[in-house]
Amino acid sequence: MGIVANPIGFDDEKALRTPNRVLQRNTGSTRNSPKVQSDVMDSSLLDMESDAVFRVRGVTKIYPMGEVSVHALRGVDLDLYAGEFVVILGASGSGKSTLLNILGGLDVPTAGSVYFRDHDLTRADEDERTYYRRDHVGFVFQFYNLIAGLTAYENVALVADIAKAPLPPIEALRLVGLEERKDHYPSQLSGGEQQRIAIARAIGKRPDVLLCDEPTGALDVKTGVIVLDAIANVNRQLGTLTVVITHNASIAQMADRVISMKDGRISAIERNSNQIPASQLVW
Amino acid sequence: MQYLDRMLWYDLKRLWRQEIAIAILVACGTAIFIMATSSTLSVETSQKKYYADYRFADLFAGLTRAPMSLKDRIEEIPGVLQAQCRIEHPALIDMPSMVEPVSCRLVSVDRDAETALNGICLRSGRLPEPEQDKEVIANELFAAAHGLRPGDSIDVTMDGRKDTLRIVGIGMSPEYVYAVQPGLLLSDNRRFGILWMPRKAMEGAFNMEGAFNSVAIRMESFASEKQILFELDRLLKPFGSWGAYTRSDQSSHRRLSDEMHQMRAMAYVPPTIFLAVSSFLVNLVLTRLVHQQKDQIAALRAFGFTKWELAIHYSKLMLVPVLIGCLIGAIVGIRTSWWMVDIYAIFFRFPAMAYRVAYSEGVFAVSLSLLAAVLGGANAIRTVIKLQPAEAMRPDTPQVYGKLLIDRLGLGWSLSTMTRMILRRLTGAPGTTILSVLGIAMGVAVLVLGSFMRDTIEFVLEVQFGRSQRQDVMLTFNDTLSADACHDVLHLPGVHRVEPFRSVAAKVRNGTAEHRLSLMGLEPEPYLYRVLDADHRPVSFPSNGGVTITKKLAEILRVRRGEFIDIEILDGKGITVRAVVSHVFMNYTDPACYMNRGDLHRLLKEGEQLSGAFVSVAPGAMDELYQAVKEVPKIAGVLDIRAAEKNFRELVTEHTKIMRLMNSIFGALIAIGVIYNAALIALAESGRDLATLRVIGFSHREVSFILLGELAALTLLAIPVGLPIGILFSYFATLALDTETHRFPLVIHRSTFAYAATIILIASSTSAWVVSRMLRRMELVSVLKVKVS
Repeated sequence: MGIVANPIGFDDEKALRTPNRVLQRNTGSTRNSPKVQSDVMDSSLLDMESDAVFRVRGVTKIYPMGEVSVHALRGVDLDLYAGEFVVILGASGSGKSTLLNILGGLDVPTAGSVYFRDHDLTRADEDERTYYRRDHVGFVFQFYNLIAGLTAYENVALVADIAKAPLPPIEALRLVGLEERKDHYPSQLSGGEQQRIAIARAIGKRPDVLLCDEPTGALDVKTGVIVLDAIANVNRQLGTLTVVITHNASIAQMADRVISMKDGRISAIERNSNQIPASQLVW
Repeated sequence: MQYLDRMLWYDLKRLWRQEIAIAILVACGTAIFIMATSSTLSVETSQKKYYADYRFADLFAGLTRAPMSLKDRIEEIPGVLQAQCRIEHPALIDMPSMVEPVSCRLVSVDRDAETALNGICLRSGRLPEPEQDKEVIANELFAAAHGLRPGDSIDVTMDGRKDTLRIVGIGMSPEYVYAVQPGLLLSDNRRFGILWMPRKAMEGAFNMEGAFNSVAIRMESFASEKQILFELDRLLKPFGSWGAYTRSDQSSHRRLSDEMHQMRAMAYVPPTIFLAVSSFLVNLVLTRLVHQQKDQIAALRAFGFTKWELAIHYSKLMLVPVLIGCLIGAIVGIRTSWWMVDIYAIFFRFPAMAYRVAYSEGVFAVSLSLLAAVLGGANAIRTVIKLQPAEAMRPDTPQVYGKLLIDRLGLGWSLSTMTRMILRRLTGAPGTTILSVLGIAMGVAVLVLGSFMRDTIEFVLEVQFGRSQRQDVMLTFNDTLSADACHDVLHLPGVHRVEPFRSVAAKVRNGTAEHRLSLMGLEPEPYLYRVLDADHRPVSFPSNGGVTITKKLAEILRVRRGEFIDIEILDGKGITVRAVVSHVFMNYTDPACYMNRGDLHRLLKEGEQLSGAFVSVAPGAMDELYQAVKEVPKIAGVLDIRAAEKNFRELVTEHTKIMRLMNSIFGALIAIGVIYNAALIALAESGRDLATLRVIGFSHREVSFILLGELAALTLLAIPVGLPIGILFSYFATLALDTETHRFPLVIHRSTFAYAATIILIASSTSAWVVSRMLRRMELVSVLKVKVS
């Protein structure tokens, strides 16, 4: 599936930024060598830090589980940039979901700092984090989490109630190719369709960042590919920083950058110069 | 079974909130039932023992005067075991501590006063010496109200002569368990007392040597009451008897029976409501649980548990809170029944109060609660029994929601998505929504039921004392007085308006239906003592205008306006007349019959003979009037209508306040039980949706709106449903409280509706607040990790 420059024709500031996204990414890639260990941060990169949407420094997360404590994250440093398509790869228990929850403002680290632009998420209280999620973050979950009592359209329209400058729900549905299914309830949709509705809901508020937690985890290959394609499409067309976490290494081939995690640490960050579209993925 | 028992324990712990709600409702129902039945049993046991130990008579008759020689002839009537011929007379006591004269009833006693019929139970002191003419026994409550002790003296005006009598004993009699001044609804122990005096002294004081004017009779067991009454009436008629009557017409006994009748009504109505609501909660909780655990039930069936083992397991889950509720209810019920009995003991006097527990009714209450639980749980249990393991493991057919009415009307644009979520939940399971609304409505209804008495009593007081009886004092004369003689009385100080009346004992009859009462002759256009028609307009009594009767009397006699009744004057002259019923009016006390005073004089073939007068007194002149009345020998009774009103208010207001408080608590508990359960279920069923909304950026307050909006909708729907149910309950209550001596109209002010609605809103908000806190504490992330089944 090719890039459609401006299929919807919306004309606000974010849409106009779309072409620049490529530029940003390019400048990013010239500054970052393909294999920069994220824990190495020299001062020459400081000016670039200002472009980062997320700046994660020394983040650890410890869950007390009775007498023992589980170290979910053991010192993570990471920068994420606007418009990037990032895949975080790792086995179960590697800490990728914890990292995603911290980025999404659902959880706070035990130590370290997380900046969203110039906001310190680690210092935000419950309400501030709610407003952070509301204004900036779109979530896609493994189990879709659609509201059973609302139609596809209503599920998407839900975020329009709270967003500052929402996409018209029908446009969001069109982006995921499901505008004809708008009057169906989740129970009348297939798993893949439900996940695409969930994506439409996530992007309905035009988030700055789209966080996807195992979006294809509950789907077969064929439908998984359609869902990934929808995510990639959103990333391309809206220029939304997209973070997908998965244990499925094949998906990494779609990404601009691939971050590998192991035992609560980032084991590698790779720049993928040879992206392939979702339709060519095999797993 | 060990595994199932562990599962039972786990589920009981998990569902503790719902279990408590059910247990509380069952406890309330059981407690009220056991309280009402046990206190009734206690009072009735005390009453029965008292009546038996002190030989309370079976039949009574009052007459003008008959020679003592008639006693033998009375005892010769077949079926009569024993007759007691007495002298009874009203008198006035001048208590130094009170400005107004105190009314009392003097009753003659013989040497065998303790062992005779209507025996006197001495509380302190001794019986009067038969030859002593200045010794009396005072009834206990009257003595207590004035701090009188044996040895104290009181000034009594008897038949116009003032005398100082010495109290030698304090006692009580089964005839005066409830001592109330004739013409009044409630007892006032400061203004009315009973004095027992030796026969000889009374013969002297009232010019009744060798005569009697009252007879009490004890029947042989299995004797025909009707036959004896007939013979007795025939025998006593020439002596001015105003008709023999049974215990059921005896004032004290009737009041006690009415009270027990009302208590019994209370034993059934509120507990039924509580059990119905608890049954609904059982239904709600168990149905949901079985639905949730369908997989588990299927797995257990697959492992080899029989369907009956599983059915018993789920039944136990509901029987545990019901049994706990019954236990708490029984303890609270028994304890409060003692308290009720103590309250009864303030008004109804028995030598000893027996504290009884109504065991058989208790067992009945427990069985009924269990039955309610079984009925409530039946549907869920049937699901367990019918469940096919293979089928149960398949996921549910997803629910497809219909279009909202508002969308069909094309008004869908006006709804926010969150409002839509609320509406879909409410319309998605209409059965549950309807039952929840009905449950909360029951709470509203109980509140209305518990509060309407205040409005009703206020209305009755307003009609009775404000618009109908506008006199300050009612004076009754010792004997009838001629218009001239009563002239003096009417020129007492402070009196500025006087309305004389004539009253005479009569029997009114229509076919076989009859009633004894005091027929009253009033002025053609009464100003002070008025009878009001349905529109609260005063009824006039023109000459030859027929009779005006109360609605209750019309019911008893089965007559309507325009029909005729027979009136037999019970003064021994055998006058009988047929009169047309020209008006039927509503009153709230004893049945009554009125006519033109002149007509009554003509009927009695007499001149202007007056029985008493209604008097209005200049403000501030009351004390002066009382002082004067004490010196007037012709006055036998003084009824201070304002004091009666005040006494009534004090007694009843206190009582209705307690009832209102209790009912408010009960109503709130019902509402909280239902709303809290609905909230917990909503939280469990849509917790995942709510967490999702929180994650995608909805604030706690916005998410709470969905949960609380549902509860608010249920509550707001329930209020208009509950108010009419409350009116209906209150109407039934007025029917249950409708006795011959008093009845209550259905009057409910808007403020009562507002009160009920307010309490329900408070109860609803409290439950919502608790659940909203639970929502706040909900772990957001973990909810998202669970796959929906």
